Amino acid sequence: MKNAVLDALLAARAAKASAALVTELGSGAQTLVGPGAPPGDLPLGAALHSFVDSALADDRSMSAEIGDQRYFIHVFNPPRRLVIVGAVHIAQVLAPMAALAGYAVTVVDPRGAFATEDRFPGVELTRQWPDDALEGLDVDQRTAIVTLTHDPKLDDPALETALRRAPFYIGALGSKRTHASRVARLRETGFDDAEIARIHAPVGLDIGAVSPAEIALSILGEMTLLLHRKPPRAPA
Amino acid sequence: MSELKTGTGASFTAPHAILEQAAAWRAAGRKVGLATVVRTWGSSPRPVGSQLAVDETGAMVGSVSGGCVEGAVVEEARAAMADGKPRMLEFSVSNEQAWEVGLACGGTVEIFVETLE
Repeated sequence: MKNAVLDALLAARAAKASAALVTELGSGAQTLVGPGAPPGDLPLGAALHSFVDSALADDRSMSAEIGDQRYFIHVFNPPRRLVIVGAVHIAQVLAPMAALAGYAVTVVDPRGAFATEDRFPGVELTRQWPDDALEGLDVDQRTAIVTLTHDPKLDDPALETALRRAPFYIGALGSKRTHASRVARLRETGFDDAEIARIHAPVGLDIGAVSPAEIALSILGEMTLLLHRKPPRAPA
Repeated sequence: MSELKTGTGASFTAPHAILEQAAAWRAAGRKVGLATVVRTWGSSPRPVGSQLAVDETGAMVGSVSGGCVEGAVVEEARAAMADGKPRMLEFSVSNEQAWEVGLACGGTVEIFVETLE
């Protein structure tokens, strides 16, 4: 890999931009596709370009054969995002767990006593109201949203905003009873049952989780299941 | 650098930090090899796109298997640093070398090894 290619790749990543590195596996010749890419060694024909486009759209690195040449298309997308609403005890465990699994984590809580640096060292925190915070984020199919406050005045605006967008996962903490009253409120707001069914509640896989760390694990497990159960669809 | 400390004092380098580490080694004037999983068959522990970077002193970050073939990959990376040529490696249970290095999971993995120029 040439210095200029590595530098452009790191710059694209720092700018949270997508890039694809195309390598001809025989010779090692490479061309980077993405913002600020230097001129490459490898000419990309129409066939190779269409492989690159579909790899980027599917968020999936792949090898490709064209004629008797083999290529590798390495997709570098920005990290998937997890937005946690509620800077509560479970969030303190879920944030670092999700970071280990490769997510860029944002914790949203307007309550100053909860959203503190001391409680969330190194985690991106915002004290905006959840709907305002979500409006400012690119909530797409690489995003998961989890509400943990139990408090309708914080959780509901976040869930309503989430349902109007297309995150790959929406989870809401709360018992079946809490969720039943949440469903009633969302219906009243105008969401239909199919929309409301996109919310995973009670949140997480049923692994008998009791402690905050176990609950965080069950949530991350359910997110992983949703993420990998089928290939992500190409963005509309 | 996205290095997450674990409670045991060990550290784990996040996948996205591997190229950053490779660039840091290069900036320090060291030769650097980069291995990338380009294809897998059957059960293999690391998905396509997983990377391992190694410098001329043998320091490494990342992984291309569950630890089964890393030793052999590092040797090939050092050979690539010496002659500047990229390499394709294949490890599987049907492969003599894989038995030696122990790809016990039963899968096959194809790894591209290159150097930073």
